Amino acid sequence: MDALRAEWLKLRTVSSSAWLLAGMVALTVGVGATVMTANRCPAGTTCLEDTTKLSLSGVQFGQAVVAVLAVLPLCNEYSTGMIRVTLAAIPRRPAVLAAKTAIVGGLVLAAGTVAILGSLLAARLILPGHGFDAADGFRPLSLADSATLRAAAGSVLYLALVALLSSGIAALVRDSAVTVGVVLGVLYLFPVIAAFVGNPVWHRRIERYSPMAGLNIQATTGLKALAIGPWAGLGVLAIWATAALLAGGLALSRRDA
Amino acid sequence: MTSGSVVTEQRYRRRRSASRRTASKPGASFGQVIRAELIKFTSVRGWVIGMIVAALLTLLFGVFLAGNASIGCGPTRSGKACLPKVPIGPGGEAVTDSFYLVRQPLAGNGSLTVRVTSLTSLVAQGSGQAGPVGQGPRNPLANMSKGTVPWSKAGIIITASTRPGSAYAALMVTGGHGVRMQYDYIHDTAGLPGKVSPAAPRWLRLTRDGDVISGYDSADGKHWDLVGTATLAGLPRTVQAGPFATSPIDNKVLPFFGGASVQSGPSQATAVLDEITRRGHWPAATWTGDNIGGHGNTPGTGVGYFRQSGGAITVSGSGDIAPVVPGPGSFYPTTTIEQPLTGIFVGLIAVVVVAAMFFTAEYRRGLIRTTLAATPSRIRVLAAKAVVAAGAAFAAGLVASAIAAPLGVSRMQNQGQFVLPVSILTEVRVLVGTAAMVAVAAALAVALGAILRRSAAAVTAAIVVVVLPFLLSVAVLPVTAANWVLRLTPAAGFSIEQSIPNYPQVDSVASPASGTYPLPPWAGFGVLCLYAAVALVLAAILLRRRDA
Repeated sequence: MDALRAEWLKLRTVSSSAWLLAGMVALTVGVGATVMTANRCPAGTTCLEDTTKLSLSGVQFGQAVVAVLAVLPLCNEYSTGMIRVTLAAIPRRPAVLAAKTAIVGGLVLAAGTVAILGSLLAARLILPGHGFDAADGFRPLSLADSATLRAAAGSVLYLALVALLSSGIAALVRDSAVTVGVVLGVLYLFPVIAAFVGNPVWHRRIERYSPMAGLNIQATTGLKALAIGPWAGLGVLAIWATAALLAGGLALSRRDA
Repeated sequence: MTSGSVVTEQRYRRRRSASRRTASKPGASFGQVIRAELIKFTSVRGWVIGMIVAALLTLLFGVFLAGNASIGCGPTRSGKACLPKVPIGPGGEAVTDSFYLVRQPLAGNGSLTVRVTSLTSLVAQGSGQAGPVGQGPRNPLANMSKGTVPWSKAGIIITASTRPGSAYAALMVTGGHGVRMQYDYIHDTAGLPGKVSPAAPRWLRLTRDGDVISGYDSADGKHWDLVGTATLAGLPRTVQAGPFATSPIDNKVLPFFGGASVQSGPSQATAVLDEITRRGHWPAATWTGDNIGGHGNTPGTGVGYFRQSGGAITVSGSGDIAPVVPGPGSFYPTTTIEQPLTGIFVGLIAVVVVAAMFFTAEYRRGLIRTTLAATPSRIRVLAAKAVVAAGAAFAAGLVASAIAAPLGVSRMQNQGQFVLPVSILTEVRVLVGTAAMVAVAAALAVALGAILRRSAAAVTAAIVVVVLPFLLSVAVLPVTAANWVLRLTPAAGFSIEQSIPNYPQVDSVASPASGTYPLPPWAGFGVLCLYAAVALVLAAILLRRRDA
């Protein structure tokens, strides 16, 4: 509990935390709105767009900010040498990582909720004007719709899991630049690689077992065509995050600070 | 502010400008600054390892991604036996040369004039499935229905021989692009606009004078306009000339979120020509019909015919006379030399991390104050760092791409993928350009490091501006929006890797994933350079303004 309070105090008193959280919300909603504006369903054509997923595409950008936010609390301590003070005060090292992760995860859950609700609100304002209206069978997005609710809540969880993954990798790597590189590489490279892989077997493997599988939680239509189901996909990301945290915790306990 | 502090500040300014003047003495030459930065770079083991890792990752992923198809043909199930026999055009490029030709030999100079009164198309119905398709016939003509194919073409052609890949010049009416003069596969000039019909026929004339073939069109048979001239070097004395018809694969792109599904199927064009006038020496008395390039496993329906009644000829054919472009919806399963360079995305992230740290590390340890004391010209420090980082990135990128490309190409060929041939100059441009793109991205990351001064922020910014737009355009955005992203963001720099140009006269399902970018290679590279230049200028201004 003391560890939690200490970490909360540290994070609260660094101005970058608030900026990053605000930036994450702005980027997620902003990019989502831009992508929605770029899409249009011309009258008289059949559109197959998954409007829920479309409205939540800002998460692709927002997760980069989440990664930075989750990496800094630990990596900054290493770069300033503060980590030695922290570990002297709290000798149970896994507790330090757990406390940092919990605080960051909680903040991302809160900010993520704001970002996702903002994206859905933007969708209600933008999409009907772009041809995604009742005439084409599109209803305004609503959390009362169970699939949309799952996509929205799942996206918030997705962002929190990205924070957990980043925190674990931070404990492993310790340098902020390299950590951010690794996290963004893990998040972004698999989709790019999947786009180029011609072999259907490998394409499917990458789609199923890379962290990007977590974004399947945003799909509300064509679930049968997905390489992995929405919740199972989020589970894959959860496994990645757990593995990173375990490895990070182990590294933190074993290595000299 | 008290008057005292103003005086102090003025004195400080004077001292600073004085120190800048001394810096311009030969003692602190740019070469020495570069040398200092080079020593810094090479003495941090992590950075050198980072660059080596970047090269290795590029190589590893590139070759892995290049070789992953698993098709086998023949008794030994070898991939090489699957390689399609793709004709090569006079310019060395792979071409589709498949059409129905109604021909007579023309000895020496002469001309051929016809009137085209109709051009109709049949398209395969429901032949398509989601995903890349389009390898040869799927449905016979009976199952096809009337449709419009913009690049279905019929008209008259003068060709060196009936061998696929021969030099030719043709004047034609098209399904949706008016009258065109095309020659040697890659050249295309527009003539009269509008669709052809019995009410609005088109007169076409090709004249041969030695190696020069001129095309004229007319809407009334009286007033003729020159559409274009083609010089076909080494054209034999006797050439084959006559009416032709062909029609390419019909691609229907159904966009939906997360990509597009493509329905592809062969199409067939049928044209009616009359008022056929020949001038010059035409030794044969009758027309001969030939399905050019149309035997066995042919592109298109493989069905072609011609009928004569009175003075009119009806000619019907399928295929195309055009360069082969990559991507689904082309006649052949093809790939490009830049395909094995895809791993550059992985390497790029490692390079960007090292380059950003190259500047931000100075701030973390306070080394920047020592650096600036030694070299008071801050712009020189920035320039030297950008040069050293870009140079290291260029070396890593060049080594990786120069090994990955030949390895990947041979692996792809062994697996039965046809690698579209390009000239040696293009190959050099692709390989060196890839290294240059990584180098410019490194300079951009150095500038971001100087602007943001924090490693994590600089690395994130660099990855988000270079790699993320690319990801969005291949995986999230619809094609039109994706093309704008690849024109306007630093990700435009990846255009330098495109080896096969975009041909407007070929309808392809072009996407960055199949190696097609909206901007020409150097223009796209220029966009990336522009971003790097703007970031460097901004970094220089901030570096001079701010206290270190």
